[in-house]
Amino acid sequence: MFLTTVPRPTAVPERVGRPRPRPRDLLLRAAGALTTPLLPTDYLDLVDPLRSGAQLRGRIEQVRPETAESATLVLRPGRGWRGHVPGQYVRIGVDVDGVRLWRAYSLTSGPRADGRVAITVKVIPDGRVSTHLVRRAKPGTVLQLDQATGDFHLPATPPARALFVTAGSGITPVMGMLRHHLPSLRDVVIVHSAPTAEAVIFGSELRDMAAVGRIRLLERHTDRDGLLAPEDLERLVPDWVDRQAWACGPPAMLDALEAHWAEADLPQQLHTERFRAQVVVTGDGGPVTFARTGRTVEADGATPLLDVGEAAGVLMPSGCRMGICMGCVRPLASGAVRDLRTGAITTAEPGDGVQVQTCVTAAAGPCTLDH
Amino acid sequence: MTVIQKRADNPVAHLTDEDIELIGKELDALREEVFAGLGEAEARYIRRVITTQRWLELGSRGVLLFAWFPPAWIVGTAGLSVAKILENMEIGHNILHGQWDWMRDPTIHSTTWEWDNVAPAEMWKHSHNEIHHRYTNVVGRDNDLGYGIMRVDEDQRWSPFHLGQPLWNFLNACFFEYGIAAYDLELGKYYKGKKKVDAAFKRDARKVLHKIGRQFRRDYLLHPVAAAAVNPWNLVPAALATLSANVVANLARNIWTHSVIMCGHFPAGVATFSKTSIEGETKGEWYVRQMVGSANITGGRLTHLMTGNLSYQVEHHLFPDMPSIRYQTIAPRIQDLFERYGLTYVTGPLPKQVGSAWWKVIRLSLPNDLFGRVNRTPAADAAVQPELADRAA
Repeated sequence: MFLTTVPRPTAVPERVGRPRPRPRDLLLRAAGALTTPLLPTDYLDLVDPLRSGAQLRGRIEQVRPETAESATLVLRPGRGWRGHVPGQYVRIGVDVDGVRLWRAYSLTSGPRADGRVAITVKVIPDGRVSTHLVRRAKPGTVLQLDQATGDFHLPATPPARALFVTAGSGITPVMGMLRHHLPSLRDVVIVHSAPTAEAVIFGSELRDMAAVGRIRLLERHTDRDGLLAPEDLERLVPDWVDRQAWACGPPAMLDALEAHWAEADLPQQLHTERFRAQVVVTGDGGPVTFARTGRTVEADGATPLLDVGEAAGVLMPSGCRMGICMGCVRPLASGAVRDLRTGAITTAEPGDGVQVQTCVTAAAGPCTLDH
Repeated sequence: MTVIQKRADNPVAHLTDEDIELIGKELDALREEVFAGLGEAEARYIRRVITTQRWLELGSRGVLLFAWFPPAWIVGTAGLSVAKILENMEIGHNILHGQWDWMRDPTIHSTTWEWDNVAPAEMWKHSHNEIHHRYTNVVGRDNDLGYGIMRVDEDQRWSPFHLGQPLWNFLNACFFEYGIAAYDLELGKYYKGKKKVDAAFKRDARKVLHKIGRQFRRDYLLHPVAAAAVNPWNLVPAALATLSANVVANLARNIWTHSVIMCGHFPAGVATFSKTSIEGETKGEWYVRQMVGSANITGGRLTHLMTGNLSYQVEHHLFPDMPSIRYQTIAPRIQDLFERYGLTYVTGPLPKQVGSAWWKVIRLSLPNDLFGRVNRTPAADAAVQPELADRAA
């Protein structure tokens, strides 16, 4: 029998069905007649962008360096925040050089009475958002926030024996789990890879946990030891087959681990978390999908998406056809497009909220318009 | 070349095809340079303007709850007028042009913005961005040339109806937002029977009426009622004072925006084009048409802010989707381009440009050949634009 000293936080389930309008909503609707064409919320946002009922946002309260390449951001989420389960991630919208960019980061905070949450960000080469957050983020800045999501978390009944295999920033969701659940976990092994000892995010906290015997920590410093191979696990963690395992790290490592667990016929014992790929395939032309119309056509790199859609019989909004009137702007759900005037590439992933002028952009790889 | 200015003394006649091509390339490069440099400073600017406008409107409307007290009426009406002008010009007009779409902020985006004007944003974007900006100053295509009710070019046919156009223009100024809504609906064409009333028109008309209803209810019903509610001992005078303040603020906004917009294309020295002249037009030719078809307003920072930087009409017409705050930084380079290619950058202080535009409205209310001299470009304009001064002679 396990005694949990820390209650397992649970995310409040989303309301189902159409709720009866609350008095506050009715009041806001009435106030809308006074503020039209703006909404009362546009004015309320001037005063308190984190208030209940507002678009979910979070304010950076603290930026704490972890390693030379990473930092933890403590956020005060807006009052609409529904909580999270350790191991889950949150998407944040950050204005970098004036442009809103969305990225997902694992929540790393432990239980906090003050309702703050933390994410930990590691700089990735050429990463606009990660570089901005680690090097330039300032307390007081308000970010856009989504509700926490993700299936990478411990089950309601903690496993008797747990194994975590992580690399680099792959430690971040696991740290969230450890900070919450360690008291209810009896036997924990962590195999963590990082280039050097100094590059280990949360290095001292992990080593402290190991020093008091709460976890067995196996650090692998890949600059010296090379990358971890699944076979190494046989030696490092001989009882790995008896453990529920959670792994997070680069795709190559996760692929190898999945193959290893599958070979042992234990795929259900391995849970992996893949940070979403930042790399969008770019090229010259590609298949263009009109998601709502349900049509996919092959396009070259010189034909505007507007023409591509029209040629395929998709009813496209259009205007001046020369890039000035914005009458043809549609959301780019995912993929890459090229501005035919400048050659500049724009990429998008679901939820990024990218809109493009279809009359002056062409496919630069597979892309999907939300149209 | 196909940019054929329809007059004998064509202001772009001296440009070769190559010149026009080079102008186009230079402007494309300039556009790219500016867009590559957009960043936090510009984003901060527009957010600051929006925040300022919202506080100003909120504060003014708060003060106007006590509009029965004359100083409150004056302060509140002035504040609300300025707030409405900022909202329509520097904020609404420019956001609806997609100038801030690059920020990817869904709350400051051409596809989501609705403005404080009875003309619904969606319809205005069509008639303004698509028709006016594409067919700038093309007689018969660009409805902004006289808005279908006035003759502002010698080549537009005169009819006795035009005798009244100084009055039409004055009324249009007073009720400008309704004029724009009617114009977006192409009401004139339906009235004259050039277009048949169909389902699309009825749908659009319903949208306009719905928007007028919402705007009306806010300014002329709910705010006056709110004023009465907070001044229960003074019900009727309080409501009437707030009502009159709203009427005056809307009137001030209408006259101001109408004046600024008249300055964009009506002053002396601005060229117009015939329908056939734009057939097969290249990008370079399109740019040149914008250059000689627009006029600027000189002034200080406040003038530029209150005109929504439409004081840089030339720059705006070259790059309608460029954030307005950058027009002033490219203006010297645009002027230099004009000089190098022997083109005239038409500009002047607001009163002079408004006067020039009004003079055109007045003189063209009469037929071209009625008194000979009446239609001559006034001597004052000759100084501004020597090569066009003798064109009407």
